[in-house]
Amino acid sequence: MRSRGLFARSALVLGLVFLYVPIVSMMVFSFNHSRLVTVWDAAHSPTLKWYKALFSNEQILGAAFLSIRIALMSATAAVVLGTLAGMALARFGPFRGRLLLAGMTTAPIVMPEVITGLSLLLLFVAMGQLIGWPRGAGAVTITLAHITFCMAYVTVVVQSRLAGFDESLEEAAMDLGARPVTVFGRVTLPLILPAIASGWLLAFTLSWDDLVITQFVAGPGSSTLPMVIFSKVRFGVTPDVNALATILVLIVATGIALSTVWMRYREKRRERDLQLAAAANL
Amino acid sequence: MALLTQASGRRLVAGIPLLWLLLLFLIPFLIVFRISFSEVRLAIPPYTPLISWHQGMPTLDVHTSAYSFLFTDPLYVSSYLYSLKVAAVSTLCCLLIGYPMAYAIARSRSATRSVLLMLVVLPFWTSFLLRVYAWIGLLKNNGVINNVLLYLGVIHQPLTLLQTDFAVYVGIVYSYLPFMILPLYTNLEKHDPTLLEAAADLGARPLRAFLAITLPQSAAGILAGSLLVFIPAVGEYVIPTLLGRTDQLMIGRVLSDEFFENRDWPVASAVAIVVLLLLVVPIILFQRLQRRELEAQP
Repeated sequence: MRSRGLFARSALVLGLVFLYVPIVSMMVFSFNHSRLVTVWDAAHSPTLKWYKALFSNEQILGAAFLSIRIALMSATAAVVLGTLAGMALARFGPFRGRLLLAGMTTAPIVMPEVITGLSLLLLFVAMGQLIGWPRGAGAVTITLAHITFCMAYVTVVVQSRLAGFDESLEEAAMDLGARPVTVFGRVTLPLILPAIASGWLLAFTLSWDDLVITQFVAGPGSSTLPMVIFSKVRFGVTPDVNALATILVLIVATGIALSTVWMRYREKRRERDLQLAAAANL
Repeated sequence: MALLTQASGRRLVAGIPLLWLLLLFLIPFLIVFRISFSEVRLAIPPYTPLISWHQGMPTLDVHTSAYSFLFTDPLYVSSYLYSLKVAAVSTLCCLLIGYPMAYAIARSRSATRSVLLMLVVLPFWTSFLLRVYAWIGLLKNNGVINNVLLYLGVIHQPLTLLQTDFAVYVGIVYSYLPFMILPLYTNLEKHDPTLLEAAADLGARPLRAFLAITLPQSAAGILAGSLLVFIPAVGEYVIPTLLGRTDQLMIGRVLSDEFFENRDWPVASAVAIVVLLLLVVPIILFQRLQRRELEAQP
């Protein structure tokens, strides 16, 4: 028993090292003076020059701005559509089209991205010929594509949260005469709010990060941040990308740390409230 | 059940996402399918129409040349086989590394458990592209790994690590490991520890108890994790492009090149349809697992 515990635990430590070494090495070399990225120039390092280069690179800043705009729109629309789909799948019982909806919300999660990208571009081309919209590829087509694959993830998150609650609270509200819209706003929505929040964050990250699908549906004029990074790193390492990576990792790590602390706090408060309620009942 | 009694309201809630996915997920595949039966031509759009008019009569114009091209040029067949091999080996490596990790997390105390889970998930939230890119700096000839090994005197010549099969395996395992660990963890966490205690009381050695109890019980988790890695890995584009060989392409790269470099839409579509045919069984399996997971009331 003990020896197997030891084996699993050392595998865990080694696995975590494996997960973090590349990220840490990228962060360290972002402060390196040398252009040679992986050869540490001790005489002139650490330096912030790649960070300065990054913030004066208008191509990268412009692409980052476009990516943020697309991610904000896609995540928001994906949350609306995904919540509707999650509600339908978790609460409506059997209905016509249910199997189709369930299939179409899980398939995009594993579908190879080149296939999704190709099929969406061919759709936009066909639509352009048929109804004259969208005219050419760009931010609009990218956003439509992102909404589609992001909503699949939101659906899964919302659906599994709803599956964790039984329907008695919603039924009680109905019995007390609440209209369906009121039940949703006052009972269901507060219950699934954490799932909606994490679904939105997930969708934002996926949209912000996507390269392959975006490359297919983006026109010549619009380059998102991953597209700019990919064209830079395709032919080797460049130090300002290391600086960019460091900034992104720090933002994500801070965000996750803050949300973990906040969730712990909420959990604690809920436990305390429950204890108080129990004490009051005695 | 009783949430939206009004049928029209329900129809709206289910109908909007259904309509969206029909238009932007299902119909696009039908278009790919249809274009795969065309021939390339110099026009806008660059493929022959499905229906042509002969003396006022519509005739169906179905070309299978794109498909016969796929099976006569050995480049495509070898790319398909290579992609399946890379995906299978990477999935196995993910499983061998991820299983003990998930096991250790599931058996840890609940306070450390959430920290460990966060550590596994955190890389997933940082850019996928940048994490793959980080491996270029580690693997190249004057990269970190070679420099460390040279410094330690383990090797005297830098090893060629980049642009090899090894680099692709490392890249895929690295990027997809969280997708293996999470379903395994969800599964292993539900196991009843008293079963193992009973086995130990009856004199079973830990390995035997593991093989007889834990492993069979975690079959669903193993399958879910493996499918989450295998299916997207077959069509992987970024990792082999940045880290992989230049003399042997994976099928995702071939598809992309056919479309963007050769501008051959019918062949690119046929490549996509054959990938889908290869993956249809794993995808259906994954959907069934996912449905069972989501619809099982706790």
